[in-house]
Amino acid sequence: MANLILEKLGKSFGAVKVIPGLDLQIDDGEFVVFVGPSGCGKSTLLRLIAGLEEASTGDIRISGESVISVPAADRGVAMVFQSYALYPHMTVRENLSFGLENIRMPKDEIARRVATATKMLQIEELLERRPKELSGGQRQRVAIGRAITRDPKIFLFDEPLSNLDAELRVLMRVEITKLHERLGNTMIYVTHDQIEAMTMADKIVVLRKGVIEQVGVPLELYNRPRNLFVAGFIGSPRMNFVDGTITEVTGAGLSFQSPHLPPLTLPARPGPLRAGATVTLGVRPEHFTLSENGTGWPLKVSVAEQHGANSYLHCVTPDGTPMLIHEAGQSHVARGDILRAEPREGHWHLFNAEGQRMPLDEG
Amino acid sequence: MSEVAARPVHSAILQFLTRRRGRTRADWTDWLTYAYLFVGLAVMFAPVLWVVLSSFKTPVNLVEFPPTFLPYAVETVEVEGFDEPLPLYEVATEEGETRLLAQIRRVGLNAQMIDPAKPEAGRVVVAVADAKPVRHIQFYWGNYAQLLSTSGSNLWLYVYNSLFITVVATLITVVMNSMAAFALAKYRFKGNTLALVAILMTLMIPPTVVLVPTYLIVAQLGLVGNLWGVILPTVATPTGVFLLRQYMLTIPDELIEAARMDHASEWRIYWRIVLPLSAPALAVVAIFSILSRWNDFLLPLVVLNRREVFTLQLALASFQDENQIHYDQLLAMTTLTALPLAFAFIFLQRYIASGIASTGIK
Repeated sequence: MANLILEKLGKSFGAVKVIPGLDLQIDDGEFVVFVGPSGCGKSTLLRLIAGLEEASTGDIRISGESVISVPAADRGVAMVFQSYALYPHMTVRENLSFGLENIRMPKDEIARRVATATKMLQIEELLERRPKELSGGQRQRVAIGRAITRDPKIFLFDEPLSNLDAELRVLMRVEITKLHERLGNTMIYVTHDQIEAMTMADKIVVLRKGVIEQVGVPLELYNRPRNLFVAGFIGSPRMNFVDGTITEVTGAGLSFQSPHLPPLTLPARPGPLRAGATVTLGVRPEHFTLSENGTGWPLKVSVAEQHGANSYLHCVTPDGTPMLIHEAGQSHVARGDILRAEPREGHWHLFNAEGQRMPLDEG
Repeated sequence: MSEVAARPVHSAILQFLTRRRGRTRADWTDWLTYAYLFVGLAVMFAPVLWVVLSSFKTPVNLVEFPPTFLPYAVETVEVEGFDEPLPLYEVATEEGETRLLAQIRRVGLNAQMIDPAKPEAGRVVVAVADAKPVRHIQFYWGNYAQLLSTSGSNLWLYVYNSLFITVVATLITVVMNSMAAFALAKYRFKGNTLALVAILMTLMIPPTVVLVPTYLIVAQLGLVGNLWGVILPTVATPTGVFLLRQYMLTIPDELIEAARMDHASEWRIYWRIVLPLSAPALAVVAIFSILSRWNDFLLPLVVLNRREVFTLQLALASFQDENQIHYDQLLAMTTLTALPLAFAFIFLQRYIASGIASTGIK
């Protein structure tokens, strides 16, 4: 049980600053997910916390104590690697007990811990097998089991599900969430899959180029993305963006105008925006209303994907901007049709020229 | 797998020997491949085979010209009135018949012969040119027997010396080289590449050039005439370090990091993780080391100057003095000397192909 504080933590590889310097607080028992595109420094951040990389600047504190100069093994953290990193020449039992043997733990205590962990993960019958005789999901469990036997303060997961097939991934996702509920430990989970982030996290940390873009509970990130990057990254399929200008600012709201599209009046607080400002309007695919009367945006359907329960209509605006529309249920729309789609009121996101969220009176 | 294993062995071998590119009839590339392989086999295996076969030849058979491929023994026959068995000859008579005669003695170009079937008929004088010895293939063990009896306990001493040098030097070589390789493959430190290049550069220096300096060092250490004087200079080999390093590069770093997080000391990571996973490469290095230590001649010749510390190779060379070469014993001993190597190779060869490092990791 421990909280974790990162203070101005930075890492450079030679002249390249992977993480320029970042502050973060993770509370005791939280399930925190680091999410971001590949190369955003999320794995490096995890390895810094684990002690596998040496920090260039800043401090890491676990339970209030600085661990920046403590070797990886003594930080009280356990890591589940992306490749599982099971020792191929050892049986599952040996894999699980190797770390405990190294600290000269009494044999009966090792046996007890291994038994507890394998029972929890339902891998008791695999104890005498070697990793190559296990399936991907079983290896994954063993890797988690190895972390559990060490009884760490903090669990670190480095994209643990990326090597599993889609079905198993859903299953393991649920299992790791349950495991967190049962153990109650602080867990830090790295992924590039935002579905994993949304479903598992108490708190999501969105990273880009080593900088935290936004920290928050999953739905907050979905409902109020702080900037264009988070807006585009969180939510699947991703948010549609339309570039345009503010033509008029009145007490009632803003007039948004995009070339070739009918103007839109957005309810807005008197904010920093002036008439003539360049802005980007974001609307999620699920926040469109298809209108029959012909007042919405004219969109030409280029591909209509029928998923059965859902339909995804890939459209283009008259000026060629791609636009994805989600329709619940099955759609009768065919390729080449012209749709009239209206962004649902209150579900629009406005960003200024710097990509920062502009406050709107929502709902 | 079980299907293949259940089949009779001979059909599996036949299947292996008649492998083709496709499933259909032999392609011209198959013919070319097999031709090439057979030429290779002949070039490499024929001399070995000849040595082994020749070691079973009688001294007379050995120096015979033209040489025979297989060991032959002359057929002999017991004839009444003679103490010793007499060699049997096929003699072409003037009438065009061939008769089987036993030779009593040879005088110049003629030989005195007797018909073993009718010894009472008396001796016949036959021209040597007309007589052809009757021979059959026979493996003659006399060379080996003589080798063992004349060298006696010394031979076992040479075997012990060779074995000691080979086993101890190989063990130390494997440990030393793998430790260096581990550091070069898995540690990031200043001069990492420089160290590797420096090690590889030593390959460019011919061993004969360093022979004298090596001897001087060995002499300074007081190890002349001592088996350790041959072992210590050979335990660090650049090829071994390079080979092991390249193999260890394929061991995922995550395994080592996982071990490090598992409280394993660096020594324990080396001993429990890296070494077992490098087994195939270690086997190759071990084979190289066994081969070169067992066959090593020059360094032992210089360093081991007493008969009691001779290796088998030095003992072999001692069958050859300024006056003559004892081919019979030389060949027998060569065969005996090569045997352990052949067994070592057959045994270790299985480990070369089996890569176990990659199986635990996707």
